[in-house]
Amino acid sequence: MVTYIIRRLLYSIPVLFAASVLIFFSVTAVGDPLAALKQNPLFSQQTIHNIQARKHLNDPITTQYGYWIKDAVTNKFGSPLLQPGTKIWDDLKRVIPHTLQLVLLAEILALLVGVAIGVYSAIRQYSIFDYAATTFSFLGFAMPVFWLALMLQILFTNIFIKWHVRIFYTSGLSSQDPGGGIHFWIDRLQHLAIPAMTLMLLSIAQYSRFMRASMLEVVNSDYVRTARAKGLPERRVTLKHALRNALIPVVTVSALNFGALIGGAVITESIFQLDGMGPYFLGALLSQDAYVVMAWLMVTATAVVAFNLIADVLYGYIDPRIRYD
Amino acid sequence: MTETKVDSDPEFPVVGAGPDSATVSPATPGAAGVADLPDGIDLVHESGLELKSRSQWAYARRRFFRHRLAMVSLVVLAIILLAGVFANLITPYSFAAQDFAHSGQAPTFKAHHFFGTDVLGRDYFSRVVYGIRTSEKVALIVTLVSTIIGTLVGAVAGYYSGWVDNILMRFTDLILTLPGLAVLLTAAAFIGTGNPIRVAFILALLFWTGLARIVRGSFLSLREKEYVEAAKAAGSGDLRIMFRHMLPNAVGPIVVNATLIVGIAILTEAALSFLGFGIQPPNPSLGKLINDGQDVASSMWWLVTFPGLTIVLIVLCINFIGDGLRDALDPTQRRTRA
Amino acid sequence: MTGSATPSTRPSAERVPEPILSIRDLVVEFATEDGVVHAVDGVTYDVFPGETLGIVGESGSGKSVSQLAILGLIPQPPGRILRGEAQFEGKDLLKMSKKGLRRLRGGQVAMVFQDPMTSLNPVLKIGHQIAEAIQAHQDDVGDKAAKERTIALLKLVGVPNPDRRYDQYPHEFSGGMRQRAMIAMAIANEPKLLIADEPTTALDVTIQAQILEALKAAQEESHAATILITHDLGLIAELADRVVVMYAGKVVELTDVKTLFAAPRHPYTVGLMDSLPRLTVDEEWLRPIPGQPPSLISRPPGCAFHPRCFLSQGRTRCRTEEPPLRVIGPDGHLSACHFAEELVGQSSKLVDEPVAGASS
Repeated sequence: MVTYIIRRLLYSIPVLFAASVLIFFSVTAVGDPLAALKQNPLFSQQTIHNIQARKHLNDPITTQYGYWIKDAVTNKFGSPLLQPGTKIWDDLKRVIPHTLQLVLLAEILALLVGVAIGVYSAIRQYSIFDYAATTFSFLGFAMPVFWLALMLQILFTNIFIKWHVRIFYTSGLSSQDPGGGIHFWIDRLQHLAIPAMTLMLLSIAQYSRFMRASMLEVVNSDYVRTARAKGLPERRVTLKHALRNALIPVVTVSALNFGALIGGAVITESIFQLDGMGPYFLGALLSQDAYVVMAWLMVTATAVVAFNLIADVLYGYIDPRIRYD
Repeated sequence: MTETKVDSDPEFPVVGAGPDSATVSPATPGAAGVADLPDGIDLVHESGLELKSRSQWAYARRRFFRHRLAMVSLVVLAIILLAGVFANLITPYSFAAQDFAHSGQAPTFKAHHFFGTDVLGRDYFSRVVYGIRTSEKVALIVTLVSTIIGTLVGAVAGYYSGWVDNILMRFTDLILTLPGLAVLLTAAAFIGTGNPIRVAFILALLFWTGLARIVRGSFLSLREKEYVEAAKAAGSGDLRIMFRHMLPNAVGPIVVNATLIVGIAILTEAALSFLGFGIQPPNPSLGKLINDGQDVASSMWWLVTFPGLTIVLIVLCINFIGDGLRDALDPTQRRTRA
Repeated sequence: MTGSATPSTRPSAERVPEPILSIRDLVVEFATEDGVVHAVDGVTYDVFPGETLGIVGESGSGKSVSQLAILGLIPQPPGRILRGEAQFEGKDLLKMSKKGLRRLRGGQVAMVFQDPMTSLNPVLKIGHQIAEAIQAHQDDVGDKAAKERTIALLKLVGVPNPDRRYDQYPHEFSGGMRQRAMIAMAIANEPKLLIADEPTTALDVTIQAQILEALKAAQEESHAATILITHDLGLIAELADRVVVMYAGKVVELTDVKTLFAAPRHPYTVGLMDSLPRLTVDEEWLRPIPGQPPSLISRPPGCAFHPRCFLSQGRTRCRTEEPPLRVIGPDGHLSACHFAEELVGQSSKLVDEPVAGASS
């Protein structure tokens, strides 16, 4: 197993390398990174020249790529286009944990709820619960995330206005003065609750459908029939024999989901004004800062590759049939 | 059928084995031949069995019609689509007609403001219907283009296998590594959007990957089939084999997936437009409508609710239809309804 | 216990023991998209302690379904047990509570399934799965004792290095070993009745002999009555004492194994025997039974076999009247054919010594 991990890690390097090439050349290909600045009367010619020198924009494109890679690895991704004093990585370091908190909260809850719904739907197939769960899932798939976010915001804001009860916060990461220790985290939780609910809906829909399908397949399998033929209590058959097998694909999918969500919660984070990867990215797009954009894409690509690896390792760990050596 | 008299010979009776006899072996006279049947007895009608042969498509069609939700969705979706197509015929107002006298009204039947009006007095029902039209356009283009690209890539990868497959799949994986929305936003920011056609093409360039994977899987297994070998032996060219022989058999999953793409395309375009990176005015868009209403959401809830509900309804119908198609076209899924 | 209309069947022995399992007029059907499948249509037979009863038939003849049904292993919907009786040691299984059935399964009645690869849980260790069977029925057996017994069982069925194999997973076993593990699991609680459903069908011919040995060892150890379900006549010849022949959900013939091979009295059985290739005589052509097994949704009227029957020759009675299962020979030889008497005096070609009046 260890050799497998090492081998995959080594394999990830060319993948990330290829991703970096793709990112760099596509972002630079769409246009001059300074195009917006050049048109903006606020920026003097001198400033523009400074930037060009700093970012080596007068060199051939492949050299620029080299500088970018060097910056990425040794210089914290270099500095943003318009703030030569700061480093991109410092900003990233600030926003990544916020996104992680949101994603962790949403995904773990979604997994627990989704698996439970899926299992119960499978055991009571075609029951009212099953139909209700199915309808709920389909609704989940059909709902635009931003719309749900807005509706939830409206709902909780109106609750606050009408009844002066603050259950959850509808925007921001933390209150003005949350206090220390546990108070800080409770406050954080209250702020993350609604955004997490928004993200969770789609995930719960996905996981419950997937779990249901997986469970149905397993429940009709020969080895479950053997377990029943052995005279085991039905509960044991379901939880020990069936569930274990049915969970395998779901767990790996959730690991992949996790990786994708690092860069995928853009809309939710911006609607709820959370200081995470999403708004950071949008800000960079609005100011057309190609370097922040590229760094951001690189980080998210790395997260995806990393979680792909985690998913595979997890799969090999849970399913004894898979031996990678 | 007359009753043939039983031969009193203790030997097993041997009746002439005619050319239409069902027996496989030639009867040797005198042997205890078991397998000979008397002439003139038609096996099928004799046993009272009725064999109705149905074509594959007829089975599929029958299964699809059984899926009630899919049928209902088909009807609802058709209504919505037609509303979009004939928007200028059914909307009481134009998309941009402003009327300050009636601004900010809640939904009402008066003056046909079914969905209310916005701050500028524009009739929301009309705006939503025009928005549907744009969604249709975008969805159509995205689905067509990404289906074509995905099918081509998948077919080539699956048919040729080997290093061609390897390269194409690595490329596909690479595209998948980048978070979709982010890439779209990047493309939108730097290329510039506003025009639905442009947005549609950008979306299509990202959506073909799932389909490519599935088509590749199909083709990889189809190429082992005997009729492919037979076609090759008969000298058919590769392209011909791929598109005349293999593709028709892979159509099922392609259709199901393409249906899902339509739904995802609509949702994604709405998201892009909502963020301001997608379709811009004067082109109508449901996502942009929601954005417009965002600031006054607490008081004028209808500005956000109705465009959103429309999107939900459209995608819901599409998903149900996709589910029905999957039931119809995927033979491995068999559900016994007691 | 024996039904009023059906004659009791018994092995030709002086003492007549009570049957350990008595099935009377069992009817099982399934509701499917295409219609109602009549999988088991009025099946009746007995199993006596210590004997091996073979059940022979093609796929879809209902041989497995009847066993699964009486043990409560058929999901109900879409399955349905319409009527019937299944007396096991004085209690009717079909009327038993789910809990009662569960206590019997794996304990007094055990089953071995067809495909050992899919019948064993891939994520649990084999030893654990067997020990689980033991501890499910014997509360007083601790983990260590269960493990010891498991290893002893594995040794009994011929699994080499049982203490090492205990901690392995099913995919680390070969096909034959997996099936042997299944057999070990089945006899773990010394069942009174062992049901083996096509135990060798999924395995190589060369492995089949090993499984036969394992089954024999299992029978010796547990003194269980065995129901052997198979379509392999060779297996029947080796192991069975009496044989039930099933077709289209019905019993068509029932007798002891020697008589079955020497003097079959149902055209289907004759056809089965006849279709076996023979090693001792030159034959140019194989003789399969012509036609297809009937659809269990819309069965042909009258005798289910008549469209393929050489004996019928289109006679009206075969086409309209369902033949009852009746006594046709000594020692309770039963056959469900209107004209079974016409087969009297014939011997199947598998028997070398000629029976009077026939030429082979």
